[in-house]
This record gives sequence, C-alpha cells and structure tokens, in this order.
Amino acid sequence: MNVELVANKGEVPAAPLPAHSPLAIRGMTVSYGQKPVVFSVDMTVVEGSMTAIIGPNGAGKSTLLKAALGIVTPLAGQAQVFGQPLKAARHRIAYVPQRASVDWDFPTRVIDVVLMGLSRELGLLGRIRGHHKEKALACLARVGMTDFADRQIGQLSGGQQQRVFLARALAQNADLYLLDEPFAGVDAATEKAIIEVLKGLKSEGKTVVSVHHDLTTVRSYFDRVFLINTRKMAEGSVTEAFTPETLNQTYGGRLATGQIDQLELAAG
Amino acid sequence: MLWSALTLQLGYNATLVTIGATLLGIAAGVTGTFLYLRKRALVSDAISHATLPGVGLAFILMVLLGGDGRSLPGLLLGAAISSWIGLLCVNWLTRHTRLSEDAAIGAVLSVFFGFGIVLLTVIQSLGSGRAAGLEGFLLGATAGMLFNEALVIAVGGALTLVAVVILRRPMTLLAFDPEYAAARGINVARMDLAIMALALAVTVIGLKIVGLILIVAMLIIPPVSARFWTDRTDHMVLVSGLCGGVASWIGAAVSASAPALPTGPIIVLTSFALFVLSLLLAPRRGVLAAVIRHRRFQRRVHLRQGLLALAQGQPIYEAYTMRLLRRSGLAHADGVPTDIGKARAAKALRDETRWQLVRRDQAFESAAALYDGLRDIETVLTPDQIQEIDRRMGGPREVTP
Repeated sequence: MNVELVANKGEVPAAPLPAHSPLAIRGMTVSYGQKPVVFSVDMTVVEGSMTAIIGPNGAGKSTLLKAALGIVTPLAGQAQVFGQPLKAARHRIAYVPQRASVDWDFPTRVIDVVLMGLSRELGLLGRIRGHHKEKALACLARVGMTDFADRQIGQLSGGQQQRVFLARALAQNADLYLLDEPFAGVDAATEKAIIEVLKGLKSEGKTVVSVHHDLTTVRSYFDRVFLINTRKMAEGSVTEAFTPETLNQTYGGRLATGQIDQLELAAG
Repeated sequence: MLWSALTLQLGYNATLVTIGATLLGIAAGVTGTFLYLRKRALVSDAISHATLPGVGLAFILMVLLGGDGRSLPGLLLGAAISSWIGLLCVNWLTRHTRLSEDAAIGAVLSVFFGFGIVLLTVIQSLGSGRAAGLEGFLLGATAGMLFNEALVIAVGGALTLVAVVILRRPMTLLAFDPEYAAARGINVARMDLAIMALALAVTVIGLKIVGLILIVAMLIIPPVSARFWTDRTDHMVLVSGLCGGVASWIGAAVSASAPALPTGPIIVLTSFALFVLSLLLAPRRGVLAAVIRHRRFQRRVHLRQGLLALAQGQPIYEAYTMRLLRRSGLAHADGVPTDIGKARAAKALRDETRWQLVRRDQAFESAAALYDGLRDIETVLTPDQIQEIDRRMGGPREVTP
C-alpha cells in the first residue's frame, strides 16, 4: 500500500487538484485529541457519479465529510468544490447530517425544517412567501412526505425524519449532495424512497456522495466507492475498487469470509 | 392600589419602574428562548454573576478619576466587560480543558462573584459613604430610579430586540442542527457568542431592576413556560416575550402597590406563577391535558378491547372493561352483548381487519402512521379508499341500516 506522508512545510506531495471535480480532497488529516481519525487522505469525486464512502466503525467516514465541509477543523489538508475554495462554492453543496445529531423534540414543524434549506434564498430578514412554501412542499412531495408538512417533527418515525432531512437538502437545489448514513435505522420503504430520489438526482447530472454501511447494497445503489480506514484504502468504480482484496484490506479481516463470498455472489 | 399600579397611576417612580421592567421582561423572554433552545440556559447564570467585579472596578475607577462612582452607564459598562471576560472563560475552559460546561460555569460563577463581593466590601470599608447602593445590584433596587436610568433600559432592550430579529434565522438553525448550520457556512463559534452577547446585554440592563442573582430567572422561566403552549419556534419566541413582559408588568405593579415588597423577587415569583399555570393548563403539553388524555385513551383502549372480545366471543375478565361496556349499553351484566353491542363489536373487528390491510400497503403510509388500534378508520380514509380496501378484503358488504 502506498501511503502519502506529509512532506516538509506541511505540503503534501499529492496529485494536483483537478479543476472540475465536484469535491477534491488533498492531504486531509483530522484528529480528535492526539489520535488521527483521518490521515492524509486524498479523494476525487467524479461529477455525476454516486459514490459510497465505506469503512469500519470509527474509520473516519463521517469525519472526512465534516472536514471537507469545514464542520470540523482539519490539522492539515484542503478541499476544493467545483474547482473553487470551499467558501466560494459552499452554496453548491447540500449536506444531510446523521439523523441522531439533532434533538427531535425541538419546537418546529416538518415544513419549517424544509424551509431551513431555503435560508440562503430568504436571507436574514426576507419574509417567507407563498412560493417559498410551494417549493418546500414540492421537496416534501419528492420524498413522499407532503401529508406530514404541518406535523411537529417529534411525531415522525426515524425513516420519516430522514426523508425530511433529505427534503431540506433538496430545497437547496445544490449540485453536490453529501449524505451521512442516510439509511441508518430507517425502514425498507424509506430506504427505497431515498435511493429513488438519489438516483433521480444522478440522472439530473448531480453528484451524490454518501457514507454507507450496508455492503450488500453497494453494488445496486452506487457506481463508485471510496474505501477508508483512517487512510484511503481504495477509490474507483464499483467493479475496480469494491473487491474482496480491498474489503479485506479496509476491514482488516473483520469481515467473515462468508460475508465477502455473499457479496461476490451478489455481484455474479 | 394594585389597579392603579397596573394602570400606571401610582406616581412617577412606580410608572418608570413598571415600564422599564416590562420592556426588560420582553427582551429577556425573547432572548432567553434562543439560550433555552441552544440548551445553554445556565451560561446566563455565569454571565450574570460575572458582572459584579466589573461593577466594583468601574466604581473605583470612576471615583479615582474624580467622578461620581454611581453613574449608571459607567457601572453597566464595567459589568458588561467583566461578564464578557467571564463568558470567554467559560468557553475557554469548556473547549480547551477536560471540564464540562456545567463545571466551567460553576467555577467561573463562584470565582467572579467572590471577587466582586471582596471589591464591594473594600469599597464600603473605604467609607466614603458614596458606595451606598452598589449592593443594590445584587437583587435590584428600584426605589428612586431616575428617568435616565429607565431610558438606558428601554434603549438597551430595544436594541437587543432588533438584534434578535436580525439573527433569528441563523440562531434557530444553529440551535436545531449545529452541523447543518456549519455546513451552510454559519460560523458556529461566533453565532454562539452572539447568542451569549444578547443574553449578556439583557443581564446588564436588568441589573438595576432585578439584580444579578435573579436575572437568570427572567431569561429561563418565560421560554420554559412558552414551550408548553406551542410547537413552533417563531410562536415560542412571541409567547416567551409575552410571558416575560406580563410577569414583569404585574410583578412591578404588585411591588409598587405595597410597601417594602422588592421588585425583582416579586417579578420572578409572578413569572413562576405563569409557569405553573402553563404547566397545568396548556393544551396538549400541559399536565392536566396529559392526565385527561391518558384517561380518555385508557377508556378507549378498554372499550375497544372489550368490543373485540365480544366480537370474537371471548370472555372479559377485566372489571373496568365490563363496567364500561355495561354503562355504554353495549353488554348486559352477565357479559352477553346487547344488540347495539353486537353491531359495534362487528364493526370494531372489521375496522381492525381493514387497518391491517392499510398498514401493509405503502400507498397508505401517512394513514397507516396514525394507526393506534383505536382510531375509527373513517376519520383517516375517504369512503372511496375504504371501499377499495373492503373490495380487497372480500366478505360481507356494509349493511345499510
């Protein structure tokens, strides 16, 4: 395995930043305390692709996304969005955080959460008008949640909460969608609804990157994978990079051979 | 007496205090909502206690410069500076040490307050006599409030409200979902400081009326009361401001209408009374509503179970169920259903079967989410939908009476 270590002056001898990639990460290192969670990671997202970020628990999957978005401050490294610094192109990204990261007893309704996606459009003082509401309702319709618009968010099931988060991201009308485990703890109906929306985004030419846990669905949902375990383990199309060898490397033998065989069968 | 106080007819000072307190109450209720939603309400306690050394130092400085040590703007400026330092200490301790925020709050609060008390004692022992009144900042001192002082409170409160209106969206976004807020480009640390700065502003302008020990109550109690009445952030901000304003107005009037009733503590007690009313009476989230809802729910569960048991010819063992069925005229004392009972039981069983179909069909998801084993299916589905379900169920059709 080729590890790209940080060279002198904190510069990384990595590939140059591609000008048009929706998200290009170079030499990203993040640590909580003294323990690096993500170490000198390069990632190049291909425009119009659906990429799964895969790796064991604590491998830095979510952290990589958060560092790319500036939610956590990296020790080293940089991210470029559509060839521009993050600050200049932030509005082209829609982020869907983990469902468990918020308090669902917060006093707000489903429609209000989706309207948060329009905050750039609304500005600080702009009034919420009819066409904003219509836009929000249209996003709810895309995830099959129109009937829930006026409910308090605490009354939703886990899968419904996840769909509301997705609707909020849709409202941003972004070009790059970053999702943090959108399928964690959701029902089968929600999983189907979400993947249909994501595939719809792809067919519109948008780019989707998602932290993903379920190895059995990788092949049917995504066309590219990014395998990470603190360091980058593999990156490429599903056929090239999602193989028993790369999985074994990434999971360090934590996957039973039986599981990998099953994946092979699914591929066959 | 109380009426004339409430209607501002009890003299100049009482009127000034009542108006000032009401404005302060509104500003505190509105600002406190965001502290509460960000789950950092207790930071305001550290902020308020950290004002005291600033008051003492400002007094000393102003006397040294040959001025009147009791000038309110000077004292408030000192209070603001030292409580800002206290706030930064809490933030630093939380971020850069292993202390959790509650421990950091406790440490900062007690150290700053202790230092402030030492300063006040020193000032008093200097004995110029001019120090009289500084201890009024502990619990507020409204007797002899000047017009200028009321003006400071009014202007400060108004500016705070303007800032809240401007920042309401980013503050709400941050309180609900900090990670998403950060991803949208909101500087989380700075926005948190802005929320705290607003609380600090309210604290400082409230020193004169309620004092630094009780100001935290004006920031916390109104939003907690408001939470009972609504599930929307924007409404909660308004209700909280209303609670704060009404409590301050009534509290100030009560304390003005009787001799030797301290303004600040009375306001806090009034605010607490509003909280108790909200806790008990609020629809949906209130305690009484919850008890009634539970009782009704229990009754419906028992009735439903009783009907399903009747429909399937099963025995009913629970005395409460039997009593309900008998009282509603659905069953005789010996457990045999009446004619109405038979009809209702058959309907309950058929509805249950319909529900099972609805819950299996993805097309009815939002209706299925309402399933609780009790709801009449007619309240959720249209007659057409029910017909469609019945067609799938097969079996006997609806009998026209």
